[in-house]
Amino acid sequence: MSQLLTDYTRVVGLEQMNALEQLAEPMRGAKVVHVNSTREGGGVAEILHKFLPFQRALGLDAHWEVIEGEGPFYQCTKSFHNALQGERVAISEDQLAAYEETNRRNVDRLAPLLADADFVIMHDPQPAALIHSFPDRKGKWIWRCHIDVSQPHRPVWKYLQKIVSLYDASIFSLPEFAQPLPHPQFLAPPSIDPLSDKNCELTEDEVASELEPLNLDPELPIVLQVSRFDRFKDPVGVIEAARIAGRMTPLQLVLAGGGANDDPEGEAMLRDVQAAAGGDPNIRILLLPSDAHRTINALQRAATVVMQKSLREGFGLTVTEAMWKGKPVIGGDTGGIRLQVVNHHTGFLVRTPEGAALRTRYLLHNRDRREEMGVTAKNFVHDNFLLPRLVQDHLSIMIRLLKGDEDRIELSAWENGRQTVC
Amino acid sequence: MNIKEASSEAISADPFRVRDCTLVAQATGIRAQNLRELRNGLMHAAPSSIYHHFWGRFLRAQFDEPEYNNDFASWVYHALNERALAERLSAVNPANFGDFASLRGELVEVIESRLDLDDHVPWARGDQQFQFIQSQIIVLETGFSLEDPLSMAAAMGVMAPGSIYYHFIDARRRTPGHDNDFSRWLTGFGAKWETAREALRAIDPYFSSLAELREGLTDVMHRFAKEN
Repeated sequence: MSQLLTDYTRVVGLEQMNALEQLAEPMRGAKVVHVNSTREGGGVAEILHKFLPFQRALGLDAHWEVIEGEGPFYQCTKSFHNALQGERVAISEDQLAAYEETNRRNVDRLAPLLADADFVIMHDPQPAALIHSFPDRKGKWIWRCHIDVSQPHRPVWKYLQKIVSLYDASIFSLPEFAQPLPHPQFLAPPSIDPLSDKNCELTEDEVASELEPLNLDPELPIVLQVSRFDRFKDPVGVIEAARIAGRMTPLQLVLAGGGANDDPEGEAMLRDVQAAAGGDPNIRILLLPSDAHRTINALQRAATVVMQKSLREGFGLTVTEAMWKGKPVIGGDTGGIRLQVVNHHTGFLVRTPEGAALRTRYLLHNRDRREEMGVTAKNFVHDNFLLPRLVQDHLSIMIRLLKGDEDRIELSAWENGRQTVC
Repeated sequence: MNIKEASSEAISADPFRVRDCTLVAQATGIRAQNLRELRNGLMHAAPSSIYHHFWGRFLRAQFDEPEYNNDFASWVYHALNERALAERLSAVNPANFGDFASLRGELVEVIESRLDLDDHVPWARGDQQFQFIQSQIIVLETGFSLEDPLSMAAAMGVMAPGSIYYHFIDARRRTPGHDNDFSRWLTGFGAKWETAREALRAIDPYFSSLAELREGLTDVMHRFAKEN
């Protein structure tokens, strides 16, 4: 077993890692190519940074490529993203032309890898149209959708549906997101990497040292939301919630986020958030660089209450991260947050700033309950949302695509002589 | 472990091959917004979907729902607020039905009995639809086999949750009489293991996690290993 796999074994246990190795056995040497639109910023890039080494350690020939585009392309794909989350966005013909042209322009660079890959996994809509240029593709092409598409803006979905329908399968985080498509739609929630800088254990001294440059008030409890500055994350609603709660209970709100290369709306949203904060000394807005993982780790560990008050959310990895650190989360009652935040057990689901304020006050006042929910939250993440489980899901899906749609697929290592009698 | 020394009884059964498994979950596209749609969904869902909603929770991301033994009952309670119907649905035990058609028929019958009561059809909020999921099982050979009941007692405590699922839960779907693999295997070791076989059969799998189930199974095997 490689050092990497040994490290994960310490977190999830030998049983799960053994199962993973058995599952990987028939996939050894398979060429798997992931394609997305950015190497830094956002949950997808973060997952892929850890996913690739893991797949390689299991013997797969895994690769990660990024589609390269310019302003109009990212404007278009951001509009796709907003529209898939339900916003009524009009996308011009020029924008669609930029989208399709950018996909075509990337073909020459990516063709050597994609043409003979055994599995190609396209993440989200940005690189999805590449499939048009590979009519004679050899392997199975899978569209991995990380977005909450439960109620998409129909004209935009209709356009993307024609492209996505060409794939052999798709993967969604929740069954609510699945759409009418002519292929199997698998379900696999994302996961976090427990060994990364963002999620590894930190001592109290390390937390203090990471937070020292931020000059937070050591006397006030921290209410934290970590997320990109994106209207669907509702940072303005979080400020409102903190103000309501702050009238009754002293607190400081920290909104920590960074930009993503493929998000052209981030700067405008950041200005809106700063305006909403209005210079309030108890509201801190931190624009962090994309590699500030340990700072985020420390903030999540130092926080008394963590929020993710999204209005739409594909999954919400920041929820998972906070729960992994033993924090109950106050989350928007939407999308993937519902899969993680179980009311009164791992946190609270809310629909309004007032609701978020109420739950914030409750958690700030009830230390025992907060700690009890935090333990439940951490165990829930341990059992369901760590990286090895996601790798296992992907291996299972690949095996399923190769072996067909029988209810029962038997993989036999017995015949290979791998047997031990006790 | 020298199992052959520990067991003086002639061994008549084949070795127990320890398997593991994982589920591949798939959206079916069948959704229900109200009780009538749930009934219709049940009439059309594949057996693997109904199976999934009874047992799939053990191997997928879902917070433990100790009150109800299947997703249908849980949704009826939480999304439709139909407490009596939830109780009736939770009393449906797949082990009591010879095949999936009968199980499906019973679920539909219980729901129709409620629909017959009045004209009002209970509805869920727009974002609380019931989503029918189906799953396929991938069965893995661990490469480990057990020669006799004493080695089973030692090994059970470290079996993967997927192994417990395969041998104790999935077995109910594929064995005559909806038995579990452990009890069936012990049949090959004669009358002195009969009480252990029955004790394993008596463990109710519905309200535990796989880790808790493993603990219960291991306790039984250890107890009878000492006696034998």
